[in-house]
Amino acid sequence: MSLKSVLESGSFAVTTEIGPQKGTETAEIVEIAELLRGRIAAANCTDQQSSVMRLGSMATCHVLLQHGVEPVLQMTCRDRNRIALQSDLLSGWVLGVRNVLALTGDLPSLGDHPQAMPVFDLDSVQLLWTIGKLNGGTDIMGNALKGKTDYFAGAVVNPGVNTEASFDLQLFKMEKKIKAGARFFQTQAIYEPDKFARFMKRVEGFGVPVLAGIIPLKSVGAARFMNKNVAGIFVPEPTIQRLAATKDKTQAGLEIAADLIKQLRGMCQGVHIMAIGGERNVPRLLDMAGL
Amino acid sequence: MLLSRQKPFEQILGYLEGESKVFLLGCNGCAQASGTGGPVQVAAMKAKLTAAGKTITGTDVVDFLCQKALVKSRLSVRLNEIEPADSLLVMTCGVGVQATAASVNKLCHPACDTINLGGSRGEWSGSERCMECSDCVLETTGGICPLTACSKGLLNGQCGGARNGKCEFNPEKDCGWELIYLRLKSLGRLDKLLQFTPPKDRLKEQPAVDVMATTFWALERTAPAPQPKEVTAK
Repeated sequence: MSLKSVLESGSFAVTTEIGPQKGTETAEIVEIAELLRGRIAAANCTDQQSSVMRLGSMATCHVLLQHGVEPVLQMTCRDRNRIALQSDLLSGWVLGVRNVLALTGDLPSLGDHPQAMPVFDLDSVQLLWTIGKLNGGTDIMGNALKGKTDYFAGAVVNPGVNTEASFDLQLFKMEKKIKAGARFFQTQAIYEPDKFARFMKRVEGFGVPVLAGIIPLKSVGAARFMNKNVAGIFVPEPTIQRLAATKDKTQAGLEIAADLIKQLRGMCQGVHIMAIGGERNVPRLLDMAGL
Repeated sequence: MLLSRQKPFEQILGYLEGESKVFLLGCNGCAQASGTGGPVQVAAMKAKLTAAGKTITGTDVVDFLCQKALVKSRLSVRLNEIEPADSLLVMTCGVGVQATAASVNKLCHPACDTINLGGSRGEWSGSERCMECSDCVLETTGGICPLTACSKGLLNGQCGGARNGKCEFNPEKDCGWELIYLRLKSLGRLDKLLQFTPPKDRLKEQPAVDVMATTFWALERTAPAPQPKEVTAK
Protein backbone atom coordinates (compact mmCIF):
# COMPACT_ATOMS: atom_id res chain seq x y z
CA MET A 1 0.00 0.00 0.00
CA SER A 2 1.43 3.37 -0.99
CA LEU A 3 1.89 6.26 1.45
CA LYS A 4 -0.78 8.11 -0.51
CA SER A 5 -3.34 5.32 -0.14
CA VAL A 6 -2.52 4.84 3.55
CA LEU A 7 -3.16 8.54 4.19
CA GLU A 8 -6.23 8.62 1.97
CA SER A 9 -7.66 5.55 3.73
CA GLY A 10 -7.50 7.46 7.00
CA SER A 11 -5.31 4.89 8.76
CA PHE A 12 -2.63 6.16 11.12
CA ALA A 13 0.50 6.40 8.97
CA VAL A 14 4.03 5.64 10.13
CA THR A 15 6.98 6.97 8.20
CA THR A 16 10.58 6.91 9.21
CA GLU A 17 13.86 8.24 7.97
CA ILE A 18 17.01 6.66 6.62
CA GLY A 19 20.14 8.78 6.45
CA PRO A 20 22.58 7.40 3.88
CA GLN A 21 26.23 7.05 4.89
CA LYS A 22 29.26 8.84 3.57
CA GLY A 23 30.50 6.33 1.02
CA THR A 24 29.28 3.56 -1.21
CA GLU A 25 28.50 0.94 1.47
CA THR A 26 24.81 0.05 1.28
CA ALA A 27 24.75 -3.04 3.52
CA GLU A 28 23.32 -1.08 6.44
CA ILE A 29 20.55 0.45 4.31
CA VAL A 30 19.62 -3.04 3.12
CA GLU A 31 19.64 -4.41 6.68
CA ILE A 32 17.39 -1.59 7.93
CA ALA A 33 15.09 -1.93 4.91
CA GLU A 34 14.64 -5.63 5.71
CA LEU A 35 13.80 -4.78 9.34
CA LEU A 36 11.28 -2.09 8.38
CA ARG A 37 9.56 -3.80 5.46
CA GLY A 38 5.87 -4.24 6.19
CA ARG A 39 6.04 -2.18 9.38
CA ILE A 40 5.92 1.34 7.92
CA ALA A 41 4.09 3.18 5.16
CA ALA A 42 7.26 4.75 3.78
CA ALA A 43 10.80 5.77 4.62
CA ASN A 44 12.28 9.17 3.86
CA CYS A 45 15.74 9.16 2.29
CA THR A 46 17.52 12.29 3.45
CA ASP A 47 19.26 14.64 1.03
CA GLN A 48 22.72 15.49 2.39
CA GLN A 49 21.21 15.98 5.82
CA SER A 50 22.61 18.94 7.77
CA SER A 51 24.61 19.79 4.63
CA VAL A 52 26.97 16.85 5.23
CA MET A 53 28.02 15.21 1.95
CA ARG A 54 26.90 11.55 1.69
CA LEU A 55 25.39 8.99 -0.64
CA GLY A 56 22.47 10.59 -2.47
CA SER A 57 18.82 10.39 -1.64
CA MET A 58 17.90 9.05 -5.09
CA ALA A 59 20.29 6.05 -4.89
CA THR A 60 19.03 5.29 -1.38
CA CYS A 61 15.43 5.37 -2.67
CA HIS A 62 16.48 2.89 -5.36
CA VAL A 63 17.96 0.49 -2.77
CA LEU A 64 14.78 0.70 -0.67
CA LEU A 65 12.62 -0.04 -3.72
CA GLN A 66 14.75 -3.11 -4.46
CA HIS A 67 13.99 -4.34 -0.95
CA GLY A 68 10.28 -3.66 -0.91
CA VAL A 69 10.18 -0.46 1.14
CA GLU A 70 8.34 2.57 -0.24
CA PRO A 71 10.69 5.56 -0.31
CA VAL A 72 10.06 9.29 0.09
CA LEU A 73 12.65 11.23 -1.89
CA GLN A 74 13.79 14.18 0.20
CA MET A 75 14.78 16.98 -2.08
CA THR A 76 16.43 20.19 -0.96
CA CYS A 77 17.10 23.34 -2.99
CA ARG A 78 20.56 23.81 -1.49
CA ASP A 79 22.70 22.04 -4.10
CA ARG A 80 20.80 22.14 -7.40
CA ASN A 81 19.37 24.81 -9.63
CA ARG A 82 15.96 24.56 -11.29
CA ILE A 83 17.31 22.56 -14.23
CA ALA A 84 18.89 19.88 -12.03
CA LEU A 85 15.90 19.76 -9.66
CA GLN A 86 13.44 19.16 -12.50
CA SER A 87 15.73 16.62 -14.17
CA ASP A 88 16.16 14.70 -10.89
CA LEU A 89 12.40 14.69 -10.40
CA LEU A 90 12.02 13.08 -13.84
CA SER A 91 14.80 10.60 -13.02
CA GLY A 92 13.24 9.68 -9.68
CA TRP A 93 9.93 8.93 -11.34
CA VAL A 94 11.65 6.65 -13.88
CA LEU A 95 13.35 4.80 -11.01
CA GLY A 96 9.97 4.16 -9.37
CA VAL A 97 9.95 6.89 -6.74
CA ARG A 98 6.41 8.14 -6.12
CA ASN A 99 6.74 10.43 -3.06
CA VAL A 100 8.79 13.62 -2.73
CA LEU A 101 9.38 15.75 0.32
CA ALA A 102 10.18 19.30 -0.79
CA LEU A 103 12.60 21.20 1.44
CA THR A 104 14.60 24.39 1.17
CA GLY A 105 17.57 22.80 2.92
CA ASP A 106 20.15 23.99 5.41
CA LEU A 107 22.92 26.41 4.51
CA PRO A 108 26.19 24.63 3.62
CA SER A 109 27.91 26.47 6.49
CA LEU A 110 26.28 23.99 8.92
CA GLY A 111 27.87 20.95 7.29
CA ASP A 112 31.23 19.44 6.43
CA HIS A 113 31.79 21.51 3.28
CA PRO A 114 31.10 24.99 4.69
CA GLN A 115 32.82 26.70 1.75
CA ALA A 116 30.33 25.30 -0.78
CA MET A 117 28.12 27.65 -2.80
CA PRO A 118 24.55 27.73 -1.50
CA VAL A 119 22.31 27.44 -4.57
CA PHE A 120 18.73 28.16 -3.43
CA ASP A 121 17.68 28.99 -6.98
CA LEU A 122 14.22 27.86 -5.82
CA ASP A 123 12.74 27.63 -2.32
CA SER A 124 10.55 24.87 -0.89
CA VAL A 125 7.29 26.54 -1.98
CA GLN A 126 8.58 27.06 -5.51
CA LEU A 127 9.81 23.43 -5.56
CA LEU A 128 6.30 22.22 -4.70
CA TRP A 129 4.95 24.44 -7.48
CA THR A 130 7.57 22.91 -9.81
CA ILE A 131 6.45 19.37 -8.89
CA GLY A 132 2.90 20.44 -9.74
CA LYS A 133 4.04 21.59 -13.17
CA LEU A 134 5.82 18.28 -13.90
CA ASN A 135 2.74 16.38 -12.65
CA GLY A 136 0.71 18.46 -15.09
CA GLY A 137 2.90 17.43 -18.02
CA THR A 138 5.15 20.46 -18.58
CA ASP A 139 8.36 21.88 -17.17
CA ILE A 140 8.24 25.23 -15.38
CA MET A 141 8.79 27.07 -18.67
CA GLY A 142 5.70 25.42 -20.10
CA ASN A 143 7.54 23.03 -22.43
CA ALA A 144 5.69 19.74 -22.89
CA LEU A 145 7.07 16.56 -21.32
CA LYS A 146 7.12 13.22 -23.08
CA GLY A 147 5.76 11.27 -20.16
CA LYS A 148 4.87 13.16 -17.01
CA THR A 149 5.26 12.48 -13.31
CA ASP A 150 2.49 11.96 -10.78
CA TYR A 151 4.28 12.61 -7.52
CA PHE A 152 2.64 12.61 -4.11
CA ALA A 153 4.35 15.70 -2.71
CA GLY A 154 4.89 16.54 0.92
CA ALA A 155 6.48 19.29 2.96
CA VAL A 156 7.63 20.12 6.46
CA VAL A 157 6.47 22.49 9.17
CA ASN A 158 8.00 23.39 12.52
CA PRO A 159 5.21 23.74 15.12
CA GLY A 160 7.66 24.32 17.98
CA VAL A 161 9.18 27.65 16.96
CA ASN A 162 9.34 29.79 20.06
CA THR A 163 7.96 33.21 19.14
CA GLU A 164 4.42 34.20 18.18
CA ALA A 165 5.76 35.74 14.97
CA SER A 166 7.54 32.55 13.94
CA PHE A 167 4.52 30.43 14.87
CA ASP A 168 2.26 32.55 12.64
CA LEU A 169 4.90 32.55 9.90
CA GLN A 170 4.99 28.74 9.98
CA LEU A 171 1.20 28.63 9.56
CA PHE A 172 1.25 31.15 6.68
CA LYS A 173 3.96 29.16 4.94
CA MET A 174 2.12 25.89 5.52
CA GLU A 175 -0.94 27.35 3.81
CA LYS A 176 1.23 28.54 0.96
CA LYS A 177 2.80 25.08 0.62
CA ILE A 178 -0.66 23.48 0.46
CA LYS A 179 -1.70 25.90 -2.29
CA ALA A 180 1.53 25.03 -4.11
CA GLY A 181 0.72 21.30 -3.95
CA ALA A 182 1.75 19.81 -0.58
CA ARG A 183 -0.48 16.80 0.17
CA PHE A 184 1.05 15.82 3.53
CA PHE A 185 3.28 17.34 6.22
CA GLN A 186 5.97 15.95 8.48
CA THR A 187 6.89 18.04 11.51
CA GLN A 188 9.97 18.78 13.57
CA ALA A 189 10.27 16.52 16.65
CA ILE A 190 7.45 16.92 19.17
CA TYR A 191 7.94 16.44 22.93
CA GLU A 192 5.04 18.54 24.24
CA PRO A 193 1.67 17.07 23.23
CA ASP A 194 -0.27 20.04 24.67
CA LYS A 195 1.54 22.55 22.49
CA PHE A 196 1.17 20.23 19.50
CA ALA A 197 -2.57 20.05 20.15
CA ARG A 198 -2.70 23.86 19.94
CA PHE A 199 -0.89 23.70 16.60
CA MET A 200 -3.22 20.99 15.26
CA LYS A 201 -6.24 23.08 16.29
CA ARG A 202 -4.92 25.91 14.09
CA VAL A 203 -4.26 23.69 11.05
CA GLU A 204 -7.18 21.26 11.11
CA GLY A 205 -9.08 23.51 8.72
CA PHE A 206 -6.35 23.00 6.11
CA GLY A 207 -7.51 19.38 5.68
CA VAL A 208 -4.03 18.05 4.93
CA PRO A 209 -2.59 15.09 6.87
CA VAL A 210 0.09 15.90 9.45
CA LEU A 211 2.64 13.33 10.62
CA ALA A 212 4.12 14.34 13.97
CA GLY A 213 7.89 14.10 14.24
CA ILE A 214 9.32 11.69 16.82
CA ILE A 215 12.98 11.54 17.80
CA PRO A 216 13.64 8.84 20.45
CA LEU A 217 16.00 10.34 23.03
CA LYS A 218 19.33 8.58 23.52
CA SER A 219 20.90 10.48 26.38
CA VAL A 220 20.42 13.44 28.70
CA GLY A 221 23.26 15.21 26.89
CA ALA A 222 21.57 14.76 23.51
CA ALA A 223 18.30 16.15 24.87
CA ARG A 224 20.02 19.19 26.33
CA PHE A 225 22.01 19.66 23.12
CA MET A 226 18.80 19.73 21.04
CA ASN A 227 17.19 22.18 23.48
CA LYS A 228 20.14 24.49 23.11
CA ASN A 229 20.84 24.15 19.40
CA VAL A 230 17.89 22.91 17.38
CA ALA A 231 15.17 25.41 16.51
CA GLY A 232 11.70 24.23 17.40
CA ILE A 233 12.76 21.28 19.57
CA PHE A 234 12.08 21.53 23.28
CA VAL A 235 12.40 18.54 25.59
CA PRO A 236 10.74 19.48 28.90
CA GLU A 237 12.76 19.05 32.09
CA PRO A 238 10.53 16.25 33.57
CA THR A 239 11.17 14.21 30.40
CA ILE A 240 14.90 14.76 30.76
CA GLN A 241 14.69 13.73 34.44
CA ARG A 242 12.77 10.59 33.50
CA LEU A 243 15.62 9.68 31.17
CA ALA A 244 18.26 10.62 33.75
CA ALA A 245 16.70 8.34 36.38
CA THR A 246 17.12 5.18 34.29
CA LYS A 247 20.08 2.95 33.54
CA ASP A 248 19.13 1.75 30.07
CA LYS A 249 18.89 5.06 28.22
CA THR A 250 17.95 3.46 24.90
CA GLN A 251 15.02 1.61 26.47
CA ALA A 252 13.90 4.72 28.38
CA GLY A 253 14.15 6.86 25.25
CA LEU A 254 11.98 4.40 23.36
CA GLU A 255 9.46 4.27 26.22
CA ILE A 256 9.20 8.07 26.22
CA ALA A 257 8.75 8.03 22.44
CA ALA A 258 6.10 5.27 22.65
CA ASP A 259 4.18 7.27 25.27
CA LEU A 260 4.33 10.34 23.04
CA ILE A 261 3.05 8.40 20.05
CA LYS A 262 0.11 7.11 22.11
CA GLN A 263 -0.75 10.67 23.19
CA LEU A 264 -0.37 12.10 19.69
CA ARG A 265 -2.35 9.35 18.01
CA GLY A 266 -5.70 11.01 18.52
CA MET A 267 -4.47 14.40 17.33
CA CYS A 268 -2.90 13.82 13.93
CA GLN A 269 -2.82 11.47 10.95
CA GLY A 270 0.49 9.73 11.63
CA VAL A 271 4.00 9.90 13.00
CA HIS A 272 7.34 10.40 11.33
CA ILE A 273 10.10 8.67 13.32
CA MET A 274 13.58 10.12 12.96
CA ALA A 275 15.79 7.61 14.75
CA ILE A 276 19.12 9.27 13.77
CA GLY A 277 21.30 6.15 13.85
CA GLY A 278 18.86 4.10 15.93
CA GLU A 279 16.85 2.79 12.95
CA ARG A 280 17.25 -0.82 14.14
CA ASN A 281 15.14 0.09 17.20
CA VAL A 282 12.19 1.38 15.17
CA PRO A 283 10.33 -2.00 15.02
CA ARG A 284 10.71 -2.28 18.83
CA LEU A 285 9.34 1.26 19.25
CA LEU A 286 6.36 0.43 17.03
CA ASP A 287 5.67 -2.69 19.15
CA MET A 288 5.78 -0.59 22.32
CA ALA A 289 3.47 2.03 20.82
CA GLY A 290 1.04 -0.64 19.66
CA LEU A 291 1.49 0.17 15.97
CA MET B 1 26.14 54.42 -7.26
CA LEU B 2 23.08 52.23 -7.39
CA LEU B 3 21.55 52.22 -10.85
CA SER B 4 17.80 51.85 -11.00
CA ARG B 5 15.27 51.42 -13.78
CA GLN B 6 11.58 52.18 -13.49
CA LYS B 7 9.29 49.17 -13.41
CA PRO B 8 6.65 49.02 -16.17
CA PHE B 9 3.83 51.45 -15.38
CA GLU B 10 1.25 48.62 -15.48
CA GLN B 11 3.16 46.81 -12.73
CA ILE B 12 3.20 49.96 -10.59
CA LEU B 13 -0.54 50.43 -11.17
CA GLY B 14 -1.02 46.81 -10.10
CA TYR B 15 0.74 47.57 -6.80
CA LEU B 16 -1.63 50.51 -6.27
CA GLU B 17 -4.76 48.49 -6.98
CA GLY B 18 -7.46 49.21 -4.46
CA GLU B 19 -5.73 52.39 -3.31
CA SER B 20 -6.76 55.91 -4.32
CA LYS B 21 -4.30 58.24 -2.54
CA VAL B 22 -0.56 58.06 -2.98
CA PHE B 23 2.44 60.10 -1.80
CA LEU B 24 5.36 60.12 -4.26
CA LEU B 25 8.95 60.09 -3.13
CA GLY B 26 12.13 60.48 -5.16
CA CYS B 27 15.81 60.97 -4.42
CA ASN B 28 18.35 63.52 -5.63
CA GLY B 29 21.16 60.96 -5.56
CA CYS B 30 21.49 57.82 -7.64
CA ALA B 31 17.80 57.82 -8.62
CA GLN B 32 18.12 61.26 -10.18
CA ALA B 33 21.31 60.20 -11.96
CA SER B 34 19.55 57.03 -13.15
CA GLY B 35 16.70 59.11 -14.55
CA THR B 36 14.19 57.18 -12.47
CA GLY B 37 13.36 59.20 -9.37
CA GLY B 38 14.63 62.78 -9.68
CA PRO B 39 12.32 65.83 -9.65
CA VAL B 40 11.54 65.42 -13.38
CA GLN B 41 10.50 61.78 -13.08
CA VAL B 42 8.50 62.39 -9.89
CA ALA B 43 6.55 65.15 -11.66
CA ALA B 44 5.98 62.88 -14.67
CA MET B 45 4.79 60.06 -12.43
CA LYS B 46 2.41 62.45 -10.69
CA ALA B 47 0.88 63.36 -14.06
CA LYS B 48 0.57 59.73 -15.17
CA LEU B 49 -0.97 58.54 -11.93
CA THR B 50 -3.37 61.49 -11.84
CA ALA B 51 -4.43 60.59 -15.38
CA ALA B 52 -4.95 57.02 -14.17
CA GLY B 53 -7.39 58.30 -11.55
CA LYS B 54 -5.13 58.41 -8.48
CA THR B 55 -4.97 61.33 -6.08
CA ILE B 56 -1.42 62.42 -5.30
CA THR B 57 -1.44 63.73 -1.72
CA GLY B 58 2.06 65.17 -2.10
CA THR B 59 5.50 64.64 -3.58
CA ASP B 60 9.03 65.07 -2.33
CA VAL B 61 12.53 64.49 -3.62
CA VAL B 62 15.01 63.91 -0.81
CA ASP B 63 18.75 63.92 -0.83
CA PHE B 64 19.53 61.17 0.06
CA LEU B 65 16.88 58.56 0.63
CA CYS B 66 19.37 55.90 1.77
CA GLN B 67 19.99 57.91 4.97
CA LYS B 68 17.17 57.21 7.40
CA ALA B 69 17.98 60.23 9.59
CA LEU B 70 17.57 62.54 6.60
CA VAL B 71 14.42 60.75 5.45
CA LYS B 72 12.81 61.07 8.86
CA SER B 73 13.62 64.75 9.39
CA ARG B 74 12.59 65.65 5.87
CA LEU B 75 9.32 63.73 5.96
CA SER B 76 8.36 64.83 9.47
CA VAL B 77 7.27 68.23 8.08
CA ARG B 78 5.20 66.55 5.34
CA LEU B 79 3.08 64.37 7.62
CA ASN B 80 -0.08 66.27 6.71
CA GLU B 81 0.36 64.99 3.13
CA ILE B 82 1.64 61.53 4.02
CA GLU B 83 -1.00 60.70 6.63
CA PRO B 84 -4.01 60.82 4.25
CA ALA B 85 -2.22 58.64 1.68
CA ASP B 86 -2.95 54.92 1.38
CA SER B 87 0.68 54.30 0.54
CA LEU B 88 3.96 55.78 -0.68
CA LEU B 89 5.43 55.10 -4.09
CA VAL B 90 9.21 55.25 -3.73
CA MET B 91 11.01 55.90 -7.00
CA THR B 92 14.53 54.86 -6.01
CA CYS B 93 16.89 51.95 -5.49
CA GLY B 94 16.01 49.14 -3.09
CA VAL B 95 17.83 50.84 -0.23
CA GLY B 96 15.69 53.99 -0.56
CA VAL B 97 12.48 51.93 -0.48
CA GLN B 98 13.66 50.04 2.60
CA ALA B 99 14.89 53.15 4.42
CA THR B 100 11.55 54.88 3.76
CA ALA B 101 9.54 51.81 4.77
CA ALA B 102 11.52 51.74 8.02
CA SER B 103 10.78 55.43 8.63
CA VAL B 104 7.04 55.75 7.93
CA ASN B 105 4.20 53.56 9.13
CA LYS B 106 2.75 53.16 5.63
CA LEU B 107 3.05 50.59 2.90
CA CYS B 108 5.87 51.59 0.54
CA HIS B 109 5.70 50.36 -3.05
CA PRO B 110 8.91 50.07 -5.09
CA ALA B 111 8.66 51.92 -8.40
CA CYS B 112 12.05 50.71 -9.64
CA ASP B 113 14.24 47.67 -10.05
CA THR B 114 17.83 48.11 -8.90
CA ILE B 115 20.00 47.01 -11.79
CA ASN B 116 23.01 44.77 -11.36
CA LEU B 117 26.27 46.54 -12.17
CA GLY B 118 28.39 43.42 -11.98
CA GLY B 119 29.75 43.87 -8.51
CA SER B 120 30.11 47.63 -8.18
CA ARG B 121 27.94 48.00 -5.11
CA GLY B 122 26.93 51.33 -3.75
CA GLU B 123 27.52 52.42 -0.17
CA TRP B 124 24.96 52.57 2.57
CA SER B 125 24.97 54.28 5.87
CA GLY B 126 22.23 52.20 7.48
CA SER B 127 21.26 48.58 7.86
CA GLU B 128 19.32 48.24 4.60
CA ARG B 129 21.02 46.21 1.89
CA CYS B 130 20.21 45.86 -1.81
CA MET B 131 21.88 43.15 -3.87
CA GLU B 132 20.87 44.64 -7.21
CA CYS B 133 18.79 41.64 -8.29
CA SER B 134 17.16 43.78 -11.01
CA ASP B 135 13.77 42.28 -10.12
CA CYS B 136 12.65 44.10 -6.95
CA VAL B 137 10.40 42.09 -4.62
CA LEU B 138 9.96 44.74 -1.89
CA GLU B 139 6.28 45.05 -2.86
CA THR B 140 5.48 41.69 -1.24
CA THR B 141 7.53 42.07 1.93
CA GLY B 142 6.55 45.38 3.48
CA GLY B 143 9.68 47.10 2.23
CA ILE B 144 12.24 44.72 3.79
CA CYS B 145 14.40 42.84 1.30
CA PRO B 146 14.15 39.05 1.86
CA LEU B 147 17.19 38.45 -0.34
CA THR B 148 19.44 40.36 2.02
CA ALA B 149 17.55 40.21 5.34
CA CYS B 150 17.14 36.39 5.23
CA SER B 151 20.34 34.29 5.29
CA LYS B 152 18.90 31.92 2.70
CA GLY B 153 17.31 34.69 0.65
CA LEU B 154 13.95 32.92 0.90
CA LEU B 155 11.18 34.52 -1.15
CA ASN B 156 8.17 32.64 0.18
CA GLY B 157 8.46 32.84 3.93
CA GLN B 158 10.41 31.70 6.96
CA CYS B 159 12.36 28.44 7.21
CA GLY B 160 12.06 26.39 10.39
CA GLY B 161 15.31 27.58 11.86
CA ALA B 162 14.53 30.78 13.76
CA ARG B 163 15.09 30.77 17.54
CA ASN B 164 14.04 33.66 19.76
CA GLY B 165 13.50 35.68 16.59
CA LYS B 166 17.13 35.24 15.55
CA CYS B 167 18.65 33.47 12.56
CA GLU B 168 19.86 29.90 12.97
CA PHE B 169 23.15 30.77 11.28
CA ASN B 170 23.92 33.86 13.26
CA PRO B 171 22.33 34.40 16.68
CA GLU B 172 23.28 38.09 16.40
CA LYS B 173 21.15 38.51 13.28
CA ASP B 174 17.38 39.03 13.40
CA CYS B 175 15.31 36.54 11.42
CA GLY B 176 14.51 38.55 8.28
CA TRP B 177 11.09 36.99 7.94
CA GLU B 178 10.18 37.87 11.52
CA LEU B 179 11.03 41.49 10.64
CA ILE B 180 8.88 41.23 7.53
CA TYR B 181 6.05 39.69 9.57
CA LEU B 182 6.18 42.45 12.20
CA ARG B 183 6.25 45.17 9.53
CA LEU B 184 3.30 43.68 7.62
CA LYS B 185 1.39 43.13 10.85
CA SER B 186 1.83 46.77 11.85
CA LEU B 187 0.54 47.75 8.40
CA GLY B 188 -2.43 45.37 8.65
CA ARG B 189 -1.18 43.57 5.53
CA LEU B 190 -0.40 40.04 6.72
CA ASP B 191 -2.37 38.85 3.66
CA LYS B 192 0.78 39.51 1.66
CA LEU B 193 2.37 36.50 3.40
CA LEU B 194 0.03 34.26 1.40
CA GLN B 195 1.12 35.61 -1.99
CA PHE B 196 3.19 33.13 -3.97
CA THR B 197 6.42 34.59 -5.32
CA PRO B 198 7.50 32.66 -8.42
CA PRO B 199 11.13 31.70 -9.08
CA LYS B 200 13.32 34.73 -9.73
CA ASP B 201 14.58 35.65 -13.19
CA ARG B 202 18.30 35.00 -12.60
CA LEU B 203 19.09 36.23 -16.09
CA LYS B 204 18.44 39.73 -14.77
CA GLU B 205 21.20 39.23 -12.21
CA GLN B 206 23.76 39.36 -15.00
CA PRO B 207 24.91 42.92 -15.69
CA ALA B 208 23.80 44.08 -19.14
CA VAL B 209 26.38 45.51 -21.53
CA ASP B 210 24.59 48.86 -21.70
CA VAL B 211 24.87 49.47 -17.96
CA MET B 212 28.56 48.56 -17.99
CA ALA B 213 29.27 51.02 -20.80
CA THR B 214 31.13 53.73 -18.90
CA THR B 215 33.78 55.92 -20.54
CA PHE B 216 36.57 53.84 -19.04
CA TRP B 217 34.88 50.65 -20.10
CA ALA B 218 34.75 51.98 -23.68
CA LEU B 219 38.43 52.97 -23.56
CA GLU B 220 39.38 49.50 -22.38
CA ARG B 221 37.37 47.93 -25.17
CA THR B 222 38.91 50.01 -27.92
CA ALA B 223 42.51 49.57 -26.68
CA PRO B 224 44.39 47.11 -28.87
CA ALA B 225 44.48 43.63 -27.39
CA PRO B 226 47.93 42.14 -26.76
CA GLN B 227 49.00 40.14 -29.79
CA PRO B 228 50.13 36.54 -29.34
CA LYS B 229 53.73 35.99 -30.38
CA GLU B 230 54.29 33.94 -33.48
CA VAL B 231 55.85 30.58 -32.85
CA THR B 232 58.38 29.61 -35.45
CA ALA B 233 59.63 26.07 -35.85
CA LYS B 234 63.36 25.68 -35.58
